[in-house]
Amino acid sequence: MATALKINGKQHQIDLPDDVPLLWVLRDEVGLTGTKFGCGVAACGACTVHIDGEAVRSCQVALSDVWGDVTTIEGIGSPDAMAAIQQAWVDHQVAQCGYCQSGQIMQAAALLAENPAPSDADIDDAMQGNLCRCGTYPRIRAAIHDAASKLKEA
Amino acid sequence: MASVGKILRRTFLIGSAAIVGGVAFGAYYVSRPAANPLKPGDGQAALNPFVLIDQNGVTLFAPRAEMGQGVQTTWAALIAEELDVDLDQITVLHGPAAAAYYNSALIGEGLPNKGYDISDFQHNLGEALGVLGKTLSLQVTGGSTSMKDGFERMRQAGASARETLKQAAANRLGVDRSELKTASGHVIAPNGDQIPYTELATEVAKLEPIGAPLRDPSEWRYLGQTQPRLDMVEKATGTAEFGVDVRLPGMKFAAVRMNPKLGGAMSGYDDSAAKSMPGVEKVVDLGTGVAVIANNTWLANQAVEAIDVDWADAPYPPDTEGIFAKIAEAFDEAPNSTMRDDGDVSVTPDGATEITAEYQVPYLAHATMEPMNATALFTGDALEVWCGNQAPTLIKFRVANTANLDTEAVQIHTTYLGGGFGRRGELDFGEIATKVAMAMPGTPVQTTWSREEDMRHDYFRPGAIARMRGAVQDGKAVLIDGKVAAQSCTQQAVTRYTGMPGAGPDKVLVEGFFNQPYAVPNYRMSGHIAKLDVPVGFWRSVGNSHNGFFHETFMDEMAHAAGQDPLEFRLELMKAEHAPSAGCLEAVKEMSGWTGQAPDGVGRGVAFTYSFGTPVAQVIEVVDEDGTIRISKAWIACDMGLALDPENVKAQMFGGMMYGLSAACYGEITFAEGEVEQYNFPDYDALRMHTAPQVEVRVLETNRHMGGAGEPGTPPSMPALGNALFDLTGERARKLPLNQQFNLLI
Repeated sequence: MATALKINGKQHQIDLPDDVPLLWVLRDEVGLTGTKFGCGVAACGACTVHIDGEAVRSCQVALSDVWGDVTTIEGIGSPDAMAAIQQAWVDHQVAQCGYCQSGQIMQAAALLAENPAPSDADIDDAMQGNLCRCGTYPRIRAAIHDAASKLKEA
Repeated sequence: MASVGKILRRTFLIGSAAIVGGVAFGAYYVSRPAANPLKPGDGQAALNPFVLIDQNGVTLFAPRAEMGQGVQTTWAALIAEELDVDLDQITVLHGPAAAAYYNSALIGEGLPNKGYDISDFQHNLGEALGVLGKTLSLQVTGGSTSMKDGFERMRQAGASARETLKQAAANRLGVDRSELKTASGHVIAPNGDQIPYTELATEVAKLEPIGAPLRDPSEWRYLGQTQPRLDMVEKATGTAEFGVDVRLPGMKFAAVRMNPKLGGAMSGYDDSAAKSMPGVEKVVDLGTGVAVIANNTWLANQAVEAIDVDWADAPYPPDTEGIFAKIAEAFDEAPNSTMRDDGDVSVTPDGATEITAEYQVPYLAHATMEPMNATALFTGDALEVWCGNQAPTLIKFRVANTANLDTEAVQIHTTYLGGGFGRRGELDFGEIATKVAMAMPGTPVQTTWSREEDMRHDYFRPGAIARMRGAVQDGKAVLIDGKVAAQSCTQQAVTRYTGMPGAGPDKVLVEGFFNQPYAVPNYRMSGHIAKLDVPVGFWRSVGNSHNGFFHETFMDEMAHAAGQDPLEFRLELMKAEHAPSAGCLEAVKEMSGWTGQAPDGVGRGVAFTYSFGTPVAQVIEVVDEDGTIRISKAWIACDMGLALDPENVKAQMFGGMMYGLSAACYGEITFAEGEVEQYNFPDYDALRMHTAPQVEVRVLETNRHMGGAGEPGTPPSMPALGNALFDLTGERARKLPLNQQFNLLI
């Protein structure tokens, strides 16, 4: 039996077993490859998406357990119309290999939605589940602060 | 072609005889230019292997892989500087795997000199030797060579394209080429009319390319300036295509399990449970492992895990202790190389104080964020492979061989790399994906490794041991006698790539050990090769990654034995030997406000490594926070001569440092019953947002020759941290990782 999911504002009928994690529904079934596979055990954050605005590790949420509307990196902005947080990533030239950055951005977006002016300690707390092997952390931190101040002005 | 194996071995494991042979061989081939691999269609002009101009604009076929180091952007800037196009008008694509993309600089790195003392003669010899890269079809991204390699060639490509476009316009307008100017992708006529380059594509295609002298650096608009990275918007919006993101019509998804007893055979398996699991289409016998093809990667992985496999033993001692005992045995044999032997180390000078120390570092995994993967489509008489890789020509040879096809029947598509660090220079992921796809001809199959499979089937950074003896007198080092023992990743890689045993002195094993710019009168550094079959390979900065720790921890120990400040002690030995190196130390001294005295609860350490042509000094600060130690700050100074994109260089420097610090704090691959004991990031963690230091980088430009950027930030980070921990606690760090000795913040 197909499962109904709302992803980035669009309804989908998913014909996969109930226990397939949301990550693999998005990537292999819906074709939304912006959300990345890194570890499969919620240890790296590369697969972070929003469910009803909350940042979750999509590798740990079974298809049948998805409790709300799903937003992925593709849903918050596009190359022609980037979200403020994505623009801050570009302005600060954050990415190196770039593989973890979808997850970093989704985690940071959820942080800013909850806390519009995060301190360094708040950023440490919110972002420490997101691994970056290129070590882009200083620029991620700067981009989050910058996005926070831009969003405040807006 | 037997000579390829021979030359490859010589060039990886360089000795003086190989240079002589190499030059002659290379000179013969250099007279025959490599075939242009771009086959322009109607209305397109491929002016050289790098630039394609058509009605849609200017496309750069970047022959180097973008794995986060910004190479595409800087190569585009090199072209744009001469071609007079705006940087954002250029489209950058990975070039097809083709012989014309030889990596000329990689071979030059093999010369048996220290690097920093290179003479103009040797520099030119290095340039000349670069042609060997072409004869080997060595299209490789590695060794921090991309900028050295591209600096001349890409600008020449741009200049030649510009002048040929001007000639096409001159022919059309009936004027002399010298009357024309160029700007922003247009040829400008004497009357001010502008002809877009794209309109000239058809005409220019009929002309022979025209050579032109390169512009003086004083005229540069892009080079030496920070450019916005061309891949940044894609990477901020989830639209950058990595290997694992390739999607083709009708594509299937596969998961794989290879023998965890690395190099061991597969004795048999029972797939009866797996076959009937949801989504499963096929179980594939890979000879030394199994794969499952399904309609979803996760379902494939569930099924492959359900196969009961009987694995045969690995060809190395089953546990870490036994492996390190074999490494230590290598000290009993004659050294493989002694690339530095100054003065006489056999006697300790009268009145000098002798010190000794032994150090040990573990095997390490690369742990790229994107696990190994590749997508293959096999049709019986042709093969296409999509993957992020650092060596497309080598992959092409390997998968052609796997599929029993001519290389002409194989196409390699290189995507973005979700991290490389040396891992994606290997060929296994392409070979496995090819074998899987061959089980389902006509259907594209993407084979993705689980994180566990990736972590436990790496070509690891070799574990290594160093035995150091030194002497200090009157506050100075007067003797260093060092021995390092480890497996040879170069010899093993040569065997892997060519099927022929590697031999000869291995410079990579002792890089960062023998070639450091310290004026010590009695100075001998030897490398001993451990005979072991643990799979090992090239990990960011390679031999420097262990030797930096050994050399610079020992320098610190000697400074303390001499009663000197560790930064001043190094500076004193370096000043007369290599000024740019001393300049880096002086820079971090000033940046960090180094006084040699850190307050209570704070420790500071300094280290320096010259690698890949670039001297790098780092100061690391640690703080004790209620018994937990946090890395709080880092200062880095580097001097690569000419920094083509300074902000990108800074990113590479602090990124390289973070990679090294991650390994120093937590990184360790260990073995039990022949299998790697680490499975995933919880067992093999790295620095994270809250454990990464604040960092300040200074880029100096006094060095006479251009150095690399991607790797030199890694080696000094580990000893700088160990030395800082000594400053804080009084305990010397002689073994990595450091979380086993110190209460580090996690």
